[in-house]
Amino acid sequence: MIRIALLVAGKDLRIERRSRVLLWQVLPFGVTGLLLCGLALGPTHAGHSSAAPGLFYLVMLLVALLMINRSQVIEGSVGTKTSIATLGLDPAGVFLGKALALAVELWLTAVVLLAGSVLFLHTALSGTVSALPSVVVILGALAAAGTLYGALSGGGQGPATLLPMLSLPAFAPLLIAGERSFSAALDHGSIWRWWVISLVALVAYLALGILLYGVLEES
Amino acid sequence: MSNASPVVELRDAVVMIGGFPLLSGVTLEMPPHSLTVVTGANGAGKTSLLRLLGGLVALTSGYGVVSGVDLKTGDLRDLRRRVGWLGHEGSFYDDLTAKENLTFAAKALERPVGEIPTVLERVGLAHRSSTPAKQLSAGQRRRLGLAWLLLRRPETWLLDEPYASLDDEGRTFFDQLIGDVVAGGAAVVVSAHDPLRSSSLTPRTLTLAGGLVVGDDA
Repeated sequence: MIRIALLVAGKDLRIERRSRVLLWQVLPFGVTGLLLCGLALGPTHAGHSSAAPGLFYLVMLLVALLMINRSQVIEGSVGTKTSIATLGLDPAGVFLGKALALAVELWLTAVVLLAGSVLFLHTALSGTVSALPSVVVILGALAAAGTLYGALSGGGQGPATLLPMLSLPAFAPLLIAGERSFSAALDHGSIWRWWVISLVALVAYLALGILLYGVLEES
Repeated sequence: MSNASPVVELRDAVVMIGGFPLLSGVTLEMPPHSLTVVTGANGAGKTSLLRLLGGLVALTSGYGVVSGVDLKTGDLRDLRRRVGWLGHEGSFYDDLTAKENLTFAAKALERPVGEIPTVLERVGLAHRSSTPAKQLSAGQRRRLGLAWLLLRRPETWLLDEPYASLDDEGRTFFDQLIGDVVAGGAAVVVSAHDPLRSSSLTPRTLTLAGGLVVGDDA
């Protein structure tokens, strides 16, 4: 399972590096979104607003939806799907690999957007850095949930509107935990309670994905 | 043809998707060392038959065994590893090069990646090994599909309209390779709109209509 997971993750990341969709489309979209959030708050409020963590995660969510869709579209064409199906890959390994690749892409995006939140939303640098452990876990859980819901919404062949509709209720608790832990980090509070809750969510989504991904693929 | 036990055995095989019968009761046998061409009009059930043989759709009723795997009770993922599929659509990751696509398949099936240059040479794509699949022509993509199958060495080759958009040179190359594969012991099933034109191959031709075998020249 781990061998297949690493193989699939390596393949997805190689495709992403070659296509440069993340670099030239997704990242500029996220940075622009963050900039617009800063402009919407206004210059006098941006530095004092408690909305910054929520806005950061809102932009991350929009970026994640794009990337989840992209991750599924890679496998989406009928021919590719059939050829890969005849490799008889372990679905649990495929799920873990796709989730890992998506997590790596989200983590890279988060580094840029966290820098953006310091610049555009004026979050404190020390607090932003303190939030990193929770950001890593939350985005890992988002990647696992997103990979699962990506397959549920048709694996790149379903209507594009289905993924947000299905996944947003599942993502909401993750965003709340993320926003709370980021806020706690900015206020020099303890982030560990939220970190543990996020970790439980990550493990739960990984377990669900390992169990259900094969069923969703077959259906 | 051979008298060995059949690689494919179907009896009254029915495949239904969404209440619609794709195959309505197909009965046939295919031995190893055999080449079978499945012909018929659009919607006759050619691709559905190939997908059934590849374990890619479920057998709704009837009996079926392919490469020793029961289509109703067996492990279809195990069957998929034993068959090779070449579709008329694109079958690869477009942003990966020819070599990278083959490396992925080889590693997934734990086959030696050292065979990849030889296989690319055999299908005439050695000079295109570093070209992304999306930049290959339709004929070259078909050759890459063959390289994928050569690397995998499946027991059963399922080729869905492999001659579509191939020029005469490509067709001749395909015919030669299919001949070699059959001689090597594999069972090859080709779907095509028309019977094969090649004089070098002597296939059995099945004609499908409405999900049923209506003609068999065996």
